Amino acid sequence: MKALRRYLDELHPKFARGGPWERFYPLYEAADTFLYSPADVTDGPSHIRDAMDLKRMMSLVVFALGPCILMACYNTGLQANLALESQVSAGVIASPADTGWRAALLEGLGLGFSAGNVLACFVHGLLYFLPVYLMTQIAGGFWEVLFACIRRHEVNEGFLVTGMLFPLTLPPTIPLWQVALGISFGVVIGKEVFGGTGKNFLNPALTARAFLYFAYPAFMSGDKVWVAVDGYTAATPLGALATAPKEMGIQSIETGLDISWADAFLGTIPGSMGETSTLCCLLGAIVLIATGVGSWRIMLSVLVGALGSAALFNLGAEGSDNPMFQMTPLWHLVTGGLAFGLVFMATDPVSASMTESGKWAYGLLIGVMTTLIRVINPGYPEGIMLAILFGNVFAPLIDYVVIQANIKRRLARSAQA
Amino acid sequence: MAQKKPLKVLTEPLFDDNPIARQILGICSALAVTTKLDASVVMALSVIFVTGSSGLIIGALREYIPNKIRIIFYMTVISSLVIVVDQVLQAFLPDIADQLSVFVGLIITNCIVMGRAEAFAQKSPPLLSFLDGIGNGLGYGLILVFVGFFRELLGSGQLWGHEVLWSSTWYERNLFMLAPPSALILIGLFIWLLRTFKPEQIEKE
Repeated sequence: MKALRRYLDELHPKFARGGPWERFYPLYEAADTFLYSPADVTDGPSHIRDAMDLKRMMSLVVFALGPCILMACYNTGLQANLALESQVSAGVIASPADTGWRAALLEGLGLGFSAGNVLACFVHGLLYFLPVYLMTQIAGGFWEVLFACIRRHEVNEGFLVTGMLFPLTLPPTIPLWQVALGISFGVVIGKEVFGGTGKNFLNPALTARAFLYFAYPAFMSGDKVWVAVDGYTAATPLGALATAPKEMGIQSIETGLDISWADAFLGTIPGSMGETSTLCCLLGAIVLIATGVGSWRIMLSVLVGALGSAALFNLGAEGSDNPMFQMTPLWHLVTGGLAFGLVFMATDPVSASMTESGKWAYGLLIGVMTTLIRVINPGYPEGIMLAILFGNVFAPLIDYVVIQANIKRRLARSAQA
Repeated sequence: MAQKKPLKVLTEPLFDDNPIARQILGICSALAVTTKLDASVVMALSVIFVTGSSGLIIGALREYIPNKIRIIFYMTVISSLVIVVDQVLQAFLPDIADQLSVFVGLIITNCIVMGRAEAFAQKSPPLLSFLDGIGNGLGYGLILVFVGFFRELLGSGQLWGHEVLWSSTWYERNLFMLAPPSALILIGLFIWLLRTFKPEQIEKE
């Protein structure tokens, strides 16, 4: 380890100002601070010391995402294996072994395609998740480094989280070039044009996803994209209910798709790779709240807003033709990306409200918007992505109002005295 | 007020003082009509005609317009010109007139036309005002053509209605480019490009 440190120190003058590789200093800095804690110490009059720097914060978010990542791999594989089994028994394909390079590799490893085999499912899913993840890192990392070198700011740990969140929000069948295009848009238009991490007002991962959603809706929504098997259609619970006849109601999920509430809670259902499991999001939420990285105020208020408005809509289920009204708040919680969005996306410290009371308003706004889009808008079966982006746009305004009210209250107090 | 050189009046609105990129006028129609290149070009030509002619007319009559009702007077001139444009388009280019729909009529409310009348033509001689109108119309048209080019190319895989990006075979059409927000982002990128070459346009912090 000492040799590595010495090697880095020897390299330092070459990257420092005036050195031959001055232009690439951000790369050196990134590698150095990735391996060691930064050598910078507090200077100037501020003397708040906190071990919780940006790097540790972002690493904790990735750690909290752990359960979701594991589940993403397992469930993607599980859904694919289940689909392959049904295709074989229906005679659509003779054997799953000749359905592409992944199948060949799985066959070669001797894992097979049994949906009951946890390892086989996990590896199968990993073979879908990993390319998407690597593509995100390569394309997004390219823009990060390019901007860092030209603008002379540090390569930021923020991308570690963005680059982890983005693949988790994609369907497993997403073409890799779209992944690259989406994350490029998210990093450049969503973040770097505003000056990099800390200055963006939109969540870059969601900006990237929203871009793909509107640019290539055929690859990001509908029935054909959620299970990584060619020609296999599987609706998500939200998608199925939105188009179900009124009399079917919630039965269109329970018997129509054969998905119970417990299935949806555990996450063994078709959907975007990382966001099917409410349980895993819950585990992540515990880590984020316990370490103080994610704001519990935001999580709670999104939850209250979404489920509260869902309960209100549910009251009116009798008198409405809209089958979405019949969805109970508990079902809302376990379907779609609500849990994932409220735990990992809405709490993004950069794009959320900064003031403590502002966070309540911000969270409620997101929660209510999510249910509103899900239930009322027939165009979009899921609303959490758009609701969070909407909340992001309003966050500065909310903060402004809170701060102005604060100033006014204090002025009034000092005038009385 | 010192008179500007005619050539400068004509060329300044292209890059140095572009009505959309710098004065931030006329954004609405730039978002609405730029999904196709041909519609963008026709719209640009229509606006160039209206800004140029209204500059000429208002510049010529500027001594006779009572100050208190000048806005109404400008409106009368501009709407007459827009009606001429609208009728010509409907007569000779009915397809494109359909695409542009209400936005031809809305040239009346295009801030560039009224803005130049108020800011320039009311105190400048007719020929100079004419050049100023043409210049600002060109500046507006430049952005429209830029945005229309990329939106049609990426959104439909076509240019001027002809397939260029093999859109029927491998090119996957980017539907975001057909939605109005894409124009906002393209205009933003144009401004970014412009300010990279002309850093003096960057506002002081």
